Amino acid sequence: MNVYIKAISYYLPERTVTNEELLKEFPEWSVDKVAAKVGVDSRHLAADDETAGDMAERAARNLFREYNILPEEIDFLLLCTQSPDYFLPSTACMLQHRLGIPTSAGAFDYDLGCSGCVYGLAIAKGLIAAGVAHNVLLLTAETYNKYLHPSDKSNRSIFGDGAAACLISTEGFVRIGGFALGTDGSGAERLIVKTGASRHKRQTGLSVTDEEGHTWHDDYLYMNGGAIFNFTLDVVPTMVDQILEKHNMCKDDIDYYVFHQANKFMLNTIRKVCGIPKEKFYVNLSQTGNTVSSTVFIALKECLQSGKIQKGMKVMIAGFGVGLSWGGTVLEF
Amino acid sequence: MELNDFIENFADQFDETDISEIQPDTEFHELDEWSSLTAMGIIAMVKTQYGKAITGKEIRGCSTVEDLFNLVAGK
Repeated sequence: MNVYIKAISYYLPERTVTNEELLKEFPEWSVDKVAAKVGVDSRHLAADDETAGDMAERAARNLFREYNILPEEIDFLLLCTQSPDYFLPSTACMLQHRLGIPTSAGAFDYDLGCSGCVYGLAIAKGLIAAGVAHNVLLLTAETYNKYLHPSDKSNRSIFGDGAAACLISTEGFVRIGGFALGTDGSGAERLIVKTGASRHKRQTGLSVTDEEGHTWHDDYLYMNGGAIFNFTLDVVPTMVDQILEKHNMCKDDIDYYVFHQANKFMLNTIRKVCGIPKEKFYVNLSQTGNTVSSTVFIALKECLQSGKIQKGMKVMIAGFGVGLSWGGTVLEF
Repeated sequence: MELNDFIENFADQFDETDISEIQPDTEFHELDEWSSLTAMGIIAMVKTQYGKAITGKEIRGCSTVEDLFNLVAGK
């Protein structure tokens, strides 16, 4: 059964932080060099009282408005977030009420990061193919900046907050293809917020110096950059081949590649390792930073608006990161 | 795998450091331009040029460019 994307929108919080503002906090920092490498000039930050749930609601409302969709049409709501409003209930349940989606709709959160967009499409496609739902509203929202230590300039330069909304349906303008997915939980500690949940409920206030010389604060987001980099370079090229094989395609059959906008340096390295030509590969995170599960939807929307992606094109999308988790598919516009 | 080629690839990761400043016995952590981002570049270079994975910890364990070469050659 064919399943389609019917609408894509996003929301970015009002507050922005430019590199110049970051430089004021870290005067010793060679901000230009960093910006040139990671490709981020400015990023949006959620307000202090603004949650991932709030941003997801805004993204959904943008989608309803832009595409003239009524909340009544939605019969399933998925929210991908690692910064839920509460431990319980699911933020998705609260969003059902806030968005005026019928009480006959199913709703739940799922906890993934940079692979979350692709997994959401896979779940939604499954729900529709099985006849469980007809119009699935997939929301992705993340406020990673609230997890970052004030002194963590590396991650503060990379991550931006944001949310995206995507409607998956029995009809639409993008056919969703087959999926290649993967998981390697052995790398869980490579990208982690250690305290606050059940394993280590209390904050420890502790920090250690990791093997790369970076400070690892228990109570904040920690990323082992080198390990994540190696992981990505290991799994993404294999995944690209798996996706192509699944669709009986070769690299040239794909008109455009939209991968998770992790950072410019990593994207360019992945592109080279995968042997994808520069003109077929999207890199644009200068004004948003890495918005985790929303980067692919934001990028797709930008590509549609700028005309980079047009009707008739086959576009490969891929997400990879925290979990460790990865996934990709082919979208036919 | 040749030491000279490796030095060339290593030097490619720098923008302002001239290749002449990079010798087998250069203690690369002491270079002005060296940073954690350069280390990422080295990890990527080793992966793309040599198909091998090295970690940030291993790079920290090396002192000279030749140490790094030996690390990669031994993988």
